[in-house]
Amino acid sequence: MIHTASLLIPLAWRNLWRNRRRTFVILFAISLGVWAMIFTSAFLRGMSQQILDDTIYNLTGHIQIHAKQYLDDPVIDHRFSLIDDALFDSLNHPAIKQISARVRVPAVVASEQDSTGVTLFGIDPENEGDISFLQSSIIAGRYLDTAADPGVVIGKKLAERLETGLGKRIVVMSQDKNNEIVDRGVRIVGIFDSQMDGLESSCIFMGLQTSESLLKIKNDVSEVAIILHDSAQLEMITRQLQQENPHLDIQSWKQLEPLALVITELYDDFHIVWHLIVFLAMGFGIVNTLLMAVFERTREFGLFQSLGMKPGFILAQVWIESIFLIVLGLVLGNLTGWLSVLATGDGIDVSAFAQGMEMVNLSNVIPFVIIQDDLLLANLVVIILGMLTSLYPAWHASRLVPADAITRV
Amino acid sequence: MTTVVSCKQLNKIYQQGSIEVHALTDINLTVEAGDFVCLSGPSGSGKSTLLNMIGGLDSPSSGEIMVDGQRVDQMNKSELAELRLHKIGFVFQAYNLIPVLTARENIEMVMQMQGDSKQYRHQLSMAILKEVGLEGLENRRPSELSGGQQQRVAVARAIVDKPCLVLADEPTANLDSANAENLLQLMRDMGEEHQTTFIVSTHDPLVMSHARRLVKLHDGKIIENHEQH
Ligand SMILES: Nc1ncnc2c1ncn2[C@@H]1O[C@H](COP(=O)(O)OP(=O)(O)OP(=O)(O)O)[C@@H](O)[C@H]1O
Ligand SMILES: [Mg+2]
Repeated sequence: MIHTASLLIPLAWRNLWRNRRRTFVILFAISLGVWAMIFTSAFLRGMSQQILDDTIYNLTGHIQIHAKQYLDDPVIDHRFSLIDDALFDSLNHPAIKQISARVRVPAVVASEQDSTGVTLFGIDPENEGDISFLQSSIIAGRYLDTAADPGVVIGKKLAERLETGLGKRIVVMSQDKNNEIVDRGVRIVGIFDSQMDGLESSCIFMGLQTSESLLKIKNDVSEVAIILHDSAQLEMITRQLQQENPHLDIQSWKQLEPLALVITELYDDFHIVWHLIVFLAMGFGIVNTLLMAVFERTREFGLFQSLGMKPGFILAQVWIESIFLIVLGLVLGNLTGWLSVLATGDGIDVSAFAQGMEMVNLSNVIPFVIIQDDLLLANLVVIILGMLTSLYPAWHASRLVPADAITRV
Repeated sequence: MTTVVSCKQLNKIYQQGSIEVHALTDINLTVEAGDFVCLSGPSGSGKSTLLNMIGGLDSPSSGEIMVDGQRVDQMNKSELAELRLHKIGFVFQAYNLIPVLTARENIEMVMQMQGDSKQYRHQLSMAILKEVGLEGLENRRPSELSGGQQQRVAVARAIVDKPCLVLADEPTANLDSANAENLLQLMRDMGEEHQTTFIVSTHDPLVMSHARRLVKLHDGKIIENHEQH
């Protein structure tokens, strides 16, 4: 057994190079297919991660904590205290990377020219870093300095709408904890330009303490957003927080942003379908080439049989040859796929289609992202299905009747 | 003397569409160990068919075939492969060699399947190549050898693992008379030296003249079977 096997490997390898042209053509086809799988995967993965990142890092975070009822009715009454031992303890968890507490209530802003309804965010700028797009999107003026910063940061769209600008004052009006109307004149210290118009025209940001004093809710917040070190722990940590803080409403981004969830899941499914489509084309090529090779060598298989090689080994011989072919094609495909993803650099600029992209929550530059799972999927699809389909020509070779095969010239 | 091959009431009928072709009819034949038998007869008389039946490359329609005491007609594919590997050597008219293997590798292939060690294989293949006069050509591929040289490699491969029987189907048909004479002489010498039984089919009177026993076929029947010399 083992002796024959050690004979088959060099045989298969040499047979592979008998018809170089044909081998190169099919190698090209396999690697093209693998390349298409990897390159498209990287693009899709980039898109879907972009959607996720744009969701998670635009205020949402991985997990959010609210008072019960806040999500149905996001008003000042539905707030909770941060000076809460149970909450404090459960947020002190090694899996949690960053915590950002916020006031988030409806408000009206007015300039000399116009007024409009917005969402007022009271944030601690030091704790927003990773969670919020804000710091990196400032185009004029500055970001908030501290939680006690007296100024506000507003979006470019909103500034245009209110016909106001950097350094000017606006009036912010809202309800305090006693449902009394409170207002305060504040200076615009920064303008941000987000890739998403919605945020730009409907949000204003002030220091957390400034907003708490305006609303008379010392140490109370509307929302805590949490970033985890590892998103794989999302479900586990969410469940743990929920169990430890039953009086609060704790949800992961998957519940908070169902659309983003559906879209990313759709991308995952499409990956698999796409791989199968590419493989289908490739599989036909593999089977065709191998069948051709088998027919050409009919006589030889008869010869092997007359020399005492069992049909199983003849099958193995053709099979090993096709495995060589597939593995070589995989190596080439992975290499070219990886190189062409490298060549795209930071990603491709889709701002020309930005209007459409915004509907699916996308930024303007889509990065190509290669992740291990996608590589694994592409390679597994090709190797497993490739080995299965090439069994057919191999089986065909092993089934020849030696006398017929020998007399065939 | 021991009997190496015996056929009893052997029939082979090919179905060609609705027509039955009686390729072999009631063949009875015994071949003793160490014999050199020539199967002759016109084209289509059933020579190849008979050799293929004996070698288990195809199965008879009815009758009995024994090779070295084993019923070939009752074996399954795997048993037939074992039988061919260990007891029978084949030489065909042409394309006897695996094109991607060198002369030496073609010879060693059979030994490798039998599990012989690399050193032993090497020793034996070099010795037999020398015996058949191909010293120095061991690393050539079949395409780099002449027709006569290829047939010599085939003979070397057929006898290298000391089978009890070598079946040669028109081994000289593609050779000129000088090369044919050489090959025949080689087969006879090898047969005697290694005590191997040869059954050789041919149209060639030269081959017939070398045989110790001549069996003539006509329309699938044995019409003559006698010893010569
Ligand atoms: N696979 C097959 N299917 C149908 N008929 C066959 C087949 N093989 C051989 N025959 C027929 O069987 C008969 C014997 O053929 P065989 O090849 O044994 O003759 P042969 O003596 O070897 O001839 P040649 O000298 O031409 O090689 C012929 O009539 C041939 O047509
Ligand atoms: Mg013939």
